[in-house]
Amino acid sequence: MQIVYLSLAPFLLLNLGVGMWRVFRGPTAADRMLAAQLFGTTAVAMLLLLAQAYGNAALRDVALVFALLAAVTAVAFVQRAWPGQEADHDTE
Amino acid sequence: MTLSDYLSAALLIAGAVFYLAGTLGLLRFPDVYTRLHALTKADNVGLGLMVAGLAMQAESWAAAGKLLLIWLLVLLAGAGVSYLVARGALQKGVRVWKR
Repeated sequence: MQIVYLSLAPFLLLNLGVGMWRVFRGPTAADRMLAAQLFGTTAVAMLLLLAQAYGNAALRDVALVFALLAAVTAVAFVQRAWPGQEADHDTE
Repeated sequence: MTLSDYLSAALLIAGAVFYLAGTLGLLRFPDVYTRLHALTKADNVGLGLMVAGLAMQAESWAAAGKLLLIWLLVLLAGAGVSYLVARGALQKGVRVWKR
């Protein structure tokens, strides 16, 4: 089982790296926030995998904090930090 | 590897596939609303399958319960955040993508 955990965690990390493209690209602030939101959930999954792989239960608490922070961040963004007028969708 | 190991590995890999789909959707979909759709699949189903796979391997019922609670928190947060972002985008006049 160890090999499954330890191969899926880097795979998720790779996903996260590819998702950075959306943060750079935008086009709206909300798109960047959504990418950050996906990073939060991916980090939770990675931490849970690593907690199981290394038998370190404390990492589950870290995952819990990540889940909580991701939610708080998104709500704070919508309530406080979303700039006014936005451009539309991608132009292709 | 026992049968439950195989089942748990299958659940974990299925979860990873949903994460991949979520990331690809986030990159490929054309506007905020469709990207929300991709994101929530990764959040809810991807993490759900991962948690199911890991809970089968957890060392105690308490650990499995904690995994379940983490998933429920992410579900709740995901639902609230999707609603807030979609409503905010509509109010700020982000137009819905049409072909």
